Order: sequence, then C-alpha cells, then structure tokens
Amino acid sequence: MQDALFYVFAFLTLVFGFLVIANPFSRNPVTSAMFLVLTIVSLAGLFVLLHAFFLAAVQVLVYAGAVMVLFLFVIMLLDLKAEERRKIKVLGLVGGLVSVGTILIIFLSSLLNAPLGAAESPVLDGGTVRLGRLLFTEYLLPFEIVSVLLLVAMVGVVLLSKKDLK
Amino acid sequence: MNVGLEHYLVVSVLLFCLGLLGVIVRRNLLIIYMSLELMLNAANLALVAFSRFNNNLDGQVFVFFSITVAAAEVSVGLALIVALYRKRRTAHVEDLTTMKL
Repeated sequence: MQDALFYVFAFLTLVFGFLVIANPFSRNPVTSAMFLVLTIVSLAGLFVLLHAFFLAAVQVLVYAGAVMVLFLFVIMLLDLKAEERRKIKVLGLVGGLVSVGTILIIFLSSLLNAPLGAAESPVLDGGTVRLGRLLFTEYLLPFEIVSVLLLVAMVGVVLLSKKDLK
Repeated sequence: MNVGLEHYLVVSVLLFCLGLLGVIVRRNLLIIYMSLELMLNAANLALVAFSRFNNNLDGQVFVFFSITVAAAEVSVGLALIVALYRKRRTAHVEDLTTMKL
C-alpha cells in the first residue's frame, strides 16, 4: 500500500514539476504558479510517507500557503500578460539540456556507487513533540538566529518597496 | 520491491534537474524563481529521506530551517523583482542586459 502511494506521489511530483517549467498549453505565469502549488502538495504527501508529519504540515502551510500567495500577488501586481511566444534560442535549449543531462548522469552514477548506510527497518517518527524538543534544546541558538533573519528580511523588503528607491 | 532510500533520492535528483533546466531554459524572471523553489524542495526531500532512513532527526530540523530561509529569500527576491519592474517595465531576462557590452 505504502509503496503504491510512493509511486503515485513521486509520479505526480515529477509531472507537476515538469508542467511548472514547460507547460505546452499555456505561457501564463499563473498556471506555472498553480502547478508549483500542486508539486508542493504532492511533496508533502511524500513527507507523510517518510513519517515527517510536522514538516508535511509546514510544507503545506508555509510553501503552498504563504509563499505561493506571495508569488500570485506579485504576478497580479506586475500585470503580466501571457507572454508572447518569443523565438526560443536553439543553442540555449541544446546547451541547457546537455548540461542538465550531464549533471543528471553524474548524480545517478554517484548514487549507484555510494555507500548509503540505510537502516533496513526505519523506526524514526518525525512527530511534533520530538522535533520541537530537539528544536528548543539542541538547536535553540540557530532557531533564535533564524528569527532575527526573518526580521532582517522584513525590514529589507519594506525598504525595497519604497517608492523612490535610491 | 520495497521502496527504500534510493527511490526517494532518485525522485529528488530528477526534481532538482527539472528545476535546473527551468533556470537555464526559461526567460521569465518569475518562472526562473519558481524553478529555484523546485530545486530547494528537491534538496529538502533528500534531507528528509536521509533523516528517515538513518534514524536521525537532525535532517528534519535542517529542513525546518531551510524552509524558513527559503520563505525569507522569496520575499526579498520578489521585492527586488517588483522594484526592477518599476524601473524597467519588463520581467524578461533578455531585456535586462545593462551590463552587457
């Protein structure tokens, strides 16, 4: 059952991910954003299969909720029309495909030869209690630093959105 | 065949390559940004899979931090895109070649 679900979610993730970058039916950025939401939700399904329940919830809340709403707001703000079909540079396309294919081959061959050291029967459970305890004891300092980082990002965004940018 | 660590890693690698292809091939700034998000998510999937199959929760804590940093990064990056669009009225990388000779 779980194996079948893994294949379903993996397939959905990859198909939606492909539709984000190359949608044959629409050049509109809004459809790309919507397919990115679907990709993220199916990734959250994979997280649930990996027993990372808290992270699956955070993935849906933060990514599919906050980040994608931000994306849609910006698309709305820029008022982008479905962009006219520009001539795709064949050289750029071929170069991109070749370089990405090379990187894919390097990744997969190193994956085949790597001593992964995986446990035969994983027992880890990423529930909220264990993760929260770890976050507030061992990782307390990074946690606080991340909160400062969010504050800095907020100040930076407010400064950047001012009307007369120097 | 049982689904193991390798299966998740293969999915993660493929998703990362899709994101990289989007960054290289697409010419719209916003879609390039979405492809960056795809790559970040692929890395997150690999981290969660490693943490599950090595019985170590540190990987999930790392993913928590990376999601937070990604949220901050998206907000700053989108603000930059909006500021750029205000000045240049375009979100297309081929029109933004000021430093090109």
